[in-house]
Amino acid sequence: MSYTIYDAPKSERIGKLIKALYEKKPRIESSRAVLLTESYKSTEGEPTNIRRAKAFRHILENIPIVIRDNELVVGSTTVQPRSCQVFPEFSFEWLEKEFETVETRSADPFSISSEVKSELREVFKYWKGRTTSELATSYMSPETLVAMEHNIFTPGNYFYNGVGHVTVNYGKVLKIGYKGIIEEAKAALEKCRISDSDYVTRKAFLEAVIISCEAAITYAKRYARLALEMAQEEADAKRKLELVLIAQNCANVPENGARTFYEACQSFWFVQMLIQTESSGHSISPGRFDQYMYPYFKKDLEAGVITPEFGQELIDCVWVKLNDLNKCRDEASAEGFAGYSVFQNLIAGGQTPEGMDATNDLSFMTIQATMHVLLPQPSFSVRVWNKTPHEFMVKAAELTRTGVGLPAYYNDEVIIPALVSRGLTLQDARDYNIIGCVEPQKSGKTEGWHDAAFFNMCRPLELVFSNGEENGVQVGVKSGKLTDLTTFDKFFDAYKAQMEYLIELMVNADNAIDQAHGERCPLPFLSSMIEDCIGRGKSSQEGGAVYNFTGPQGFGVANMADAMQAIKTLVYEEKKLKLCELKDAMAHNFGKEGNATEDAKDLAAKVVKKIMETTSVLSEAQIAEVYNQVASKVSVPTTGDNAKYKKVKEMIDEVPKFGNDIPEVDLLAREVAYTYTRPLEKYKNPRGGQYQAGLYPVSANVPLGAQTGATPDGRYAYTPVADGVSPSAGKDVSGPTASANSVSKLDHFIASNGTLFNMKFHPSALEGISGIESFISLILGYFDQKGSHMQFNVVSKETLLDAQKHPEKYQSLVVRVAGYSALFTTLSKSLQDDIINRTEQGGF
Amino acid sequence: MENYLDTKGRIFDIQRFSVHDGPGVRTIVFLKGCFLRCKWCCNPESQSKKIETMVVAGKEKTIGYDVTAGEVLEKVKQDRPYYRRSGGGLTLSGGEALFQPDFAVALLRGAKENAINTAMETTGFADFDTVIKRYIPYLDLFLMDIKHINSDKHKEFTGQPNELILENARKIAREAKKLIIRVPVIPTFNDTVEEIEAIAEFASSLVNVTELHLLPYHRLGKDKYEGLGREYTLEHITPPTKEHMLMLKKAAEKYGLKVEIGG
Repeated sequence: MSYTIYDAPKSERIGKLIKALYEKKPRIESSRAVLLTESYKSTEGEPTNIRRAKAFRHILENIPIVIRDNELVVGSTTVQPRSCQVFPEFSFEWLEKEFETVETRSADPFSISSEVKSELREVFKYWKGRTTSELATSYMSPETLVAMEHNIFTPGNYFYNGVGHVTVNYGKVLKIGYKGIIEEAKAALEKCRISDSDYVTRKAFLEAVIISCEAAITYAKRYARLALEMAQEEADAKRKLELVLIAQNCANVPENGARTFYEACQSFWFVQMLIQTESSGHSISPGRFDQYMYPYFKKDLEAGVITPEFGQELIDCVWVKLNDLNKCRDEASAEGFAGYSVFQNLIAGGQTPEGMDATNDLSFMTIQATMHVLLPQPSFSVRVWNKTPHEFMVKAAELTRTGVGLPAYYNDEVIIPALVSRGLTLQDARDYNIIGCVEPQKSGKTEGWHDAAFFNMCRPLELVFSNGEENGVQVGVKSGKLTDLTTFDKFFDAYKAQMEYLIELMVNADNAIDQAHGERCPLPFLSSMIEDCIGRGKSSQEGGAVYNFTGPQGFGVANMADAMQAIKTLVYEEKKLKLCELKDAMAHNFGKEGNATEDAKDLAAKVVKKIMETTSVLSEAQIAEVYNQVASKVSVPTTGDNAKYKKVKEMIDEVPKFGNDIPEVDLLAREVAYTYTRPLEKYKNPRGGQYQAGLYPVSANVPLGAQTGATPDGRYAYTPVADGVSPSAGKDVSGPTASANSVSKLDHFIASNGTLFNMKFHPSALEGISGIESFISLILGYFDQKGSHMQFNVVSKETLLDAQKHPEKYQSLVVRVAGYSALFTTLSKSLQDDIINRTEQGGF
Repeated sequence: MENYLDTKGRIFDIQRFSVHDGPGVRTIVFLKGCFLRCKWCCNPESQSKKIETMVVAGKEKTIGYDVTAGEVLEKVKQDRPYYRRSGGGLTLSGGEALFQPDFAVALLRGAKENAINTAMETTGFADFDTVIKRYIPYLDLFLMDIKHINSDKHKEFTGQPNELILENARKIAREAKKLIIRVPVIPTFNDTVEEIEAIAEFASSLVNVTELHLLPYHRLGKDKYEGLGREYTLEHITPPTKEHMLMLKKAAEKYGLKVEIGG
């Protein structure tokens, strides 16, 4: 496909919209919860799908609506910008407990009025005993609950919230509108025969789809009326005209197909925000916006009814709106996590379902929009394949250089075959996009449950050292006494046994939650935009989607690889260390002064658990803050044998580490990853789909590391676990290509729910044309070796200053020196200063 | 028959993902030992062929180790995916790669037999017929320093006169696949417009030479002198400003050369 690069400027409007967005403290609004509950009370005894649909309709007919100043694309879930609604049908106890503190807490405060509090208190009474989380708990086995208490894994995300993690068929709504979908549902309803075995549920679901889609149309028409009213009162002639246009748009979409690019933007936005009104699930990912929006842009451009500048402004407006959605989290999380995200992943580039390059004008304009707004949403990604135009890579690299941490790069050459291996057709696989962080799916056909749980791969190894026991409780299996593990193979098998057992328990937890969502919170509106829900007559929560998966994430691969290598070398090959000595050293945190107590460990665990219940992915800054908080509470006792334990750590530090392009260690890492990815494949979920592993904690590595004792890789207790498939922080000291080569030796295909490789760069490393070109070569070289994902943390001056103070934490940070890139911590102090000053001056 | 890849040499570092010493992403192999003693040298630990000890970040570190060409080649091959994408490859640096001809030539030959692009940073200070000529078939690019046109000043700052270097530059220009002239721009040594112009004029007189790189002085090596227990004699100078470099670039361009700042 051919394309034009416009590089249109940022309009004044965008700056104003962003300013207004961040002017006021966000607040909690009660309207949704109140309306939901009113409706539920009046529909007792009716089929669940119908109750959900009627509640949705009741909400959309009555929830307050607002058009903000300067908006061209309208529709807000809350009256006040960046505020949040409440979703008591999933869980509510935590919010009720924190009513009095949520407004005054230091981080991420939400204002909440006394009126809202009392309304919500009333509402919560109804939901006691009716939530998905309560039902899910009742479905879990006792062993599973024990494993969760001991923080082996956490399924917190969907346990307490809606599932989300989906891309619907936006293109369909743009094309035929909800009117078209209603017609499909009506046709399907007509085909139902009263003698059909599933007549009752099928009929209820299809009726629920019709009610929900009609509600969406009603909602848009309320905006049309509001815009007209505002137009009548508007003194400014230009704004008056804009409001009239908004009214026209909302009168036509999303009821009907979009006639213009502007209408398509408005229609898209209604879909996006309404999904997040029906459920609290996050990672509602717009996906291939550049593909499904392009026909409308092209048509308008050819007809001369739009300029590239106005097209750009509309896209920028949509980008701002994506940041208008918010989610309130509990206090324990908020203490540590300033700022949050709802992970609306939007991807550009890649290939068409037919296997041609898909890059078009909008692919570039979406990068441009991200540069214009420089906001966290959308989580912006690009697809890369062997025919990706070089200009597109350059434009993406220029975005990386801004330091926003976007885009993430994805490799078609791995993801497409991986998806085909999971049963997608080749055409569907080529049309994938990314959900949330790194999880690929085919839009509009998949219920992927992509963020199903976090599994800490370090914890099973701790259990190997205690024969499955912890604090007198049998948490894992009895994998053998240490003295019986006489060969490395036996030791590795013991780890595998713990892994397999605990993975099974995680599956039990996920399936219990899955079942609860299907029973209590099917989502007929969302399902109306997912094939083949209408055909099968059931919601995507009940198995209506064409493709069904459950994707829980394992993390700690690098730690376990380094741990296994250390044990193999020191215990079994060189026989310098006995397992019991290692165990002893770990129990004493390798003799580190300021040893953590068990009390502190429990405290850290509690904080982390709370955090993980409400969020799955955190920014680096958030993590650092949580970690500092936890660490500050962790204190002290030391023993006389510290020197002995320190020596053990010194021995471990000498053993080669993952991330340095050393085949022996890297291949062991591959085997370690298989202990997670392989057992999962055999499990099925209640929707009839398969489990598939991901290897991407993103940032959960810090809070979950805070509940993990010292590990045999020399990692101190309660410190972060390695991030994604990346090498342990500071252990990859051979430069970016060596690090990438090591990571590429893992099997990225089997981890078809996504892998995450994070690399830190200083902007100087991307300086000039040669900087950009070598950066692109690094990505392509890694992708040629079948890595799946790569993202870059372009660090700030503050980070460099911190790196001078704490070099041990930044041993893999790459900076550009006089014409070449080098590891920052290996440079002399004076040169480090030069580089720091260079950034201060705006460097590149 | 003895395998040429078994040829032994002494190096002190291998640096991957280097992007400015030749095209694309490159792996630089730093050989130990040099004929010159440039006062500004940023790798003073490279000058002596002997294995020595340098204090780095408070810890003693052994500088220099012996390897075979084959062992180095294996390391170099690990970044082949990035060479392929960027047109990069192997660059020999130092020290001076002409100091260890058997080893260096073996390594370059190995690289070429593996279809890896090759480059070499060199002072050009060696006998042409018996040393430099051996390298030519295996080198895609010579990056050769011309530090000063005045031989006395050259000797004062590098320890050697420049006649042999200038003569070799003419020969290399004629026989090598490609030659780029590089000038380390050192305040108080060669950073005046006149001095740079003289070098540019010389460079433009060489057959087939079209490019000149001006490499601004930096203090990267300063701490190393201390680590080696040696005196850093350029304590008093500071890196040239961006403006000054642009002025020199303009001056050099008058001679019809493509001039870049930075390598």
